[in-house]
Formats: sequence, C-alpha cells, structure tokens
Amino acid sequence: MLLMRRFETAADSLYKSKLIRGFCHLYDGQEAVAVGMESALTRRDAIITAYRDHCLYLARGGDPVSAFAELMGRAGGCARGKGGSMHFYKRDANFFGGHGIVGAQVPLGCGVAFAQRYRKEGTVTFDLYGDGAANQGQLFEALNMAALWKLPVVLVCENNHYGMGTAEWKASKSPAYYKRGDYVPGLKVDGMDVLAVKQACKFAKEHVLAKGPIILEMDTYRYHGHSMSDPGSTYRTRDEIAGIRQERDPIERVRKLLLAHDFATTQELKDMEKEIRKEVDAAIAKAKESPMPDPSELFTNVYVNDCGLESFGVDRKVVRTVLP
Amino acid sequence: MAAAASSSCTLRGVGAVASAKPRSAAAPAARSARVAAAAKGPARGRLVARNAVAVTPRRMRRPRRLDPSQAALREGLIEEMKSDPTVCVMGEDVGHYGGSYKVTKGLAEMFGDLRVLDTPIAENSFTGMGIGAAMKGLRPIVEGMNMGFLLLAYNQISNNCGMLHYTSGGQFKIPVVIRGPGGVGRQLGAEHSQRLESYFQSIPGLQMVACSTPYNAKGLMKAAIRSENPVVLFEHVLLYNLKEKIPDEEYICCLEVAEMVRPGEHVTILTYSRMRYHVMQAAKTLVNKGYDPEVIDIRSLKPFDLHTIGNSIKKTHRVLIVEECMRTGGIGASLRSAIIDNFWDYLDAPIMCLSSQDVPTPYAGTLEDATVVQPAQIVAAVEQICQ
Repeated sequence: MLLMRRFETAADSLYKSKLIRGFCHLYDGQEAVAVGMESALTRRDAIITAYRDHCLYLARGGDPVSAFAELMGRAGGCARGKGGSMHFYKRDANFFGGHGIVGAQVPLGCGVAFAQRYRKEGTVTFDLYGDGAANQGQLFEALNMAALWKLPVVLVCENNHYGMGTAEWKASKSPAYYKRGDYVPGLKVDGMDVLAVKQACKFAKEHVLAKGPIILEMDTYRYHGHSMSDPGSTYRTRDEIAGIRQERDPIERVRKLLLAHDFATTQELKDMEKEIRKEVDAAIAKAKESPMPDPSELFTNVYVNDCGLESFGVDRKVVRTVLP
Repeated sequence: MAAAASSSCTLRGVGAVASAKPRSAAAPAARSARVAAAAKGPARGRLVARNAVAVTPRRMRRPRRLDPSQAALREGLIEEMKSDPTVCVMGEDVGHYGGSYKVTKGLAEMFGDLRVLDTPIAENSFTGMGIGAAMKGLRPIVEGMNMGFLLLAYNQISNNCGMLHYTSGGQFKIPVVIRGPGGVGRQLGAEHSQRLESYFQSIPGLQMVACSTPYNAKGLMKAAIRSENPVVLFEHVLLYNLKEKIPDEEYICCLEVAEMVRPGEHVTILTYSRMRYHVMQAAKTLVNKGYDPEVIDIRSLKPFDLHTIGNSIKKTHRVLIVEECMRTGGIGASLRSAIIDNFWDYLDAPIMCLSSQDVPTPYAGTLEDATVVQPAQIVAAVEQICQ
C-alpha cells in the first residue's frame, strides 16, 4: 500500500511537471481494495478494471519502472507507450486492464469469466467498476447473463462516492449498490480496511465458484480529484477529505495495528517508507531513461501479424491462401 | 496473384498513400520463427507461414453438391468448431431456434449449449463478453441477428475489439468474428435494412469482409475464424438462399483478396455483396450491346485488395463502383479515394460510383427499389464512362 501511495504521489508531481500528459486518474486512498483483493486471489484469477488502474497493475506484479515509462509515453512502458495511463495490462498476471469507457469493462470481465467457465479452470474474475458506472445499462445486461449462466465473476463496485464531480446521491436513486443485484446477492465491505477486503474477497471467490456471481460494494474514498484536471474540491469540502484521511486512511490503520500488536516498531516503518521512496525515485529515474517509441511503432500492433492469412489446407502442406 | 506487388500499390489500410515497402519485405526470420512455433502448437488456430501460390477458385472447384449460402456458412462453422474446441458462437436465438436465418441450425445439438450460446437481447454486453472471452483465449463468433442491431454494440466493437491489441502493446489479441445479415431486404423497413460497412470502416484494427456466394461465404467464414484479428463478416439478407455447387474438400478464401468474377477489357466494375448480382445482370445487357466489362467482387472491404484492383485498372483505365451502402462516407467513397491516390495516372475517365441514396430505406416496394442501384442504372453508367 505504501508503494502504491508513493507511486500515485509521484505520478501527481510528474503530471504537474508535464511529463505525464492527458488523463491521469489516481488511486490514493483506495489502496486497501487493491491490496486486499490481491491477497485473496491467485495470479490465475483475473482482474479487470476501468481507468483508475495504476495500483491494480502494481498489485498484480506490475513493475513500477514500466508503469512510469508507460505514463510518460516511453517505449519501455507496459503497453510500449501506446496505451497511456488508462491502458495498463499484464497478460501473464491475468490483469485485463485498463479501460477508458465507463462501464465497458463490465461485459468484458463477464467474457473473461465465461472463458474461465468454458475451460473449466476453477478460477474467478474480479470485475471492478465505480459508483458512476453502476448506472450503466451494460452492467445490468452483463449481470443478467452472468447470473443466467453462473459465470465465475465477482462484480466489485469501488464506491468512492463521487462519479467525477457528481455525488452518488445526485446520480443514483439507490446508492446501495450492493443491493442492486436483485437476483444476485451483494455484500457491502469497508473498503478502507485491507483485512476486511481480503476476507470479503476470499468469501466471494468461494461463493462464486459454487453458486454464481456476487456483488461486492467497497466503501472507499479517493483523496485526489477524479483526475489530475479535477481539483477535487469543488464538489466536496476539504474538511471531508481531511476527515477521512485522519479517521479512515487505510495505511494509517495498518500502521496502528502493527504498532499496537508489536509487529513492528515506528522506526522500522519509517525505514520502510524511506526504502519505498527511494525505490520509486529510482524507478522514475530509470523510466526517464527509456526512449520515446520509434516512429515505426505507430503502425505496429494494429493487427496481429499484420494482415494476411497464411494457412494450410487439410494436409498441412498446400497453402490455400496467401496474401500477394 | 503471383506478380510482385508494384511499388505504387499498397495493401496497408484503406486509402493509404503508396508506401515504399512492398509486402514481400516481411522479415524471413520472423516467418521461420512462426513456422517453428507452429510446429509445436495445436493443429488449428496456429498459422504457419509458407510461401506459395494462392490457388484460384476456378481451378480448385470440383462441384459436388448444391448448397444454399446459409448452409455453406453453417458448414464452415461446423468444420471450424470441430477442429478447434475454443471456437464458440454467441448470439440471439442461435442455439435452439437455430438462428433467425438458420445459419446455426443444428449446432446446439452438436456442440452443446455453452458452445452455441443463446444470449438475451443485450447486444452491447454480449459483444463485450465475446471480446472479453477472446482476450482470455477463446475464439468467439458473435452473431448480430441483423447487422443493424450491432450499432448498439458499436462502443465495444470500436474501442475494445478494434483497439485492444494496440493499446495493450500487443499483449492481447481479439480473434473474434462478428457476423450477421445486413443490407436492404424485401420491404423490411428502415431500421432493418442497415448497411454498416461505412460505419465500421474507420475503426483501426478491424478487418471487414463481405461474402456474396455460397463458395466465398464458406471460405471467408473459415478464414475469419482462423484469423487472429477481429473480423466483421457482412452477410446479406437476400443472399441466404442462393444455391451453388461447392467443393467437398476443405478450402478457405483469403480475407484480403478480391474475386475476379468476369474478366474484361473496357471497364472495371468494382462491387460487393448483393450488388454483384445486379452488376452481372447488367453485364449481360452490356455484352449484348458490345461492351466487355471486367467485374471484380472486392470482398475485402477493409483493407482493399488494391493489387487486384490496380491490375484491372491498368488494363481497362475506367472504373465504376457499384455498392449498396450510402453515398455519403460509404465504402465507394473510400475506394474511390484510394484508387485516385494510387492509380491516378492510369485513369482515362472520372471514377463513377453508384451507391444507395442517402435516405432511410422506405417500406413501399417501389421506393425501396429506387433506393438501391438497379441494373439499368449500371448499364447507363457504363455507357457514360465508355463514351
């Protein structure tokens, strides 16, 4: 969580110094959800989320160097500089991104779960969306299909109470997102408590493999605005933000627990923070060294193997079709 | 096909300006790596690079039986589903109902409910699901009951299907086939007579093909399923019951190659899907009047087969495009622009493009006929070009 917090803070300053452009959606405050979820899953389970994906990428084993490089649009980035902040993916860790259109990742996640069921893998998909996306029609369409076919998908609503600038009570008739499943059961979880998240995700995984989809609503909060172009204070008070930081901050909670139970001393925790700070700074320095993508990269990966189907007939010797 | 691509002819994207890099410059090292990889991989779904001559349809064809288009499509589906267990179908009423145009009839009994999935009426989501499943390694075929309904899934097709391979830096591939009947039918009304070719053509990362005969329907279906890229296969409502003899032996059609329907000398007529039949009807009249039109069914709507088209233009120097989509921003508009960019010096007359009118398709039969291009108009256009 410290790594994530430090990463997002560093991304904030990189954005302000114009090394990161475009849209940058920061996750600080919500780290407990990513960490708790990851600790309840294996790398064979899949996670898919929307555009607030930096920390999910790190949780799935993503390397901070490639993450910073991607944010700065360098060739060493996880999507070779072609995706950007909203398009982090890690296929070998079953992290399916990284999607810019609100709610579009929900059917995708159900599709991943469909493939998991099709192949009888015994794994689950955690399909993350926000309180803003909870009003998308495609969410309910996907929910219906997931319930119909008992797809192993957990729909996780990361409720940070604001859909960009709109408070949840202004957008949703029923802000109890976990209850909206109707025929799909739902659980509300304190998203700022990493241990609660872990338990809930463990439970959800078992439930889903036996009985079909479930909705988890994570009650969480983001300290930054919606994105770097949003100050985050026009629709909520600074007191509210400061209050949550004081009372519910996920990292502080863990720190208090560790200290109270003598698992670590204050000095050890301070040293850990210093280490992480150094690690992040080193990652940024390394990422800055990465070159801009070569101009030829503009045209690569548009198609797989470019166009052209080169394929065999039944005897595997005679080509039936080839592109001249 | 065997002739080397001329340097002014490019197959990269629609309307691209001629690039200096000919196709054959693809790195041989990359090919042998793929050959080696394919030798280890499972039977289907792995493409092995080889260098050989494409076999022409006429030489290959040993007709055995008479198949309507929808049966040809079904055969292609069955063959691919049998050989590759990751191929699955999803769409409305594709399972037990057998498909609204009977293309998937009998498949649910053969392959089970999971592989031939009846979805609720939620195009946006089940297309999204198909794409997500493709990201995870399946090869779904998403059927839109009518192409027009896929407009609801446009976001998924554009942003997720076409672009994911690029935005993930090559990590995920989306080998999905999106297919369905479109085109103007028999008084189906405006919303059920959509032609979506022009809407999808600018989505990067997507390939589009249009089938027109039972032979190429089966061939293109198989090729689309085997392709690692997302392919949109445009079928036509009125062409499902066309009958033709197709070979018993296995064959596929190249996704990017156009079909020479009738060689000729005077004018190149480029067409696709149902308009091919209107053109051939007009061709009969034209031949009686002493003209010799060369008719090419372009089949590949994205990217265009500028190789075949270019060779034809170099021979005839006159081009007529006959299409069923709308005039504004249609396939013909892009094709015309691509031809002008690449073959301007070979043209002796302005390129004519006959398209459907820019109106919603009316219900009344006479008005509907007036919306699409009719053979008489094609004859008149050829006479005008060849003056």
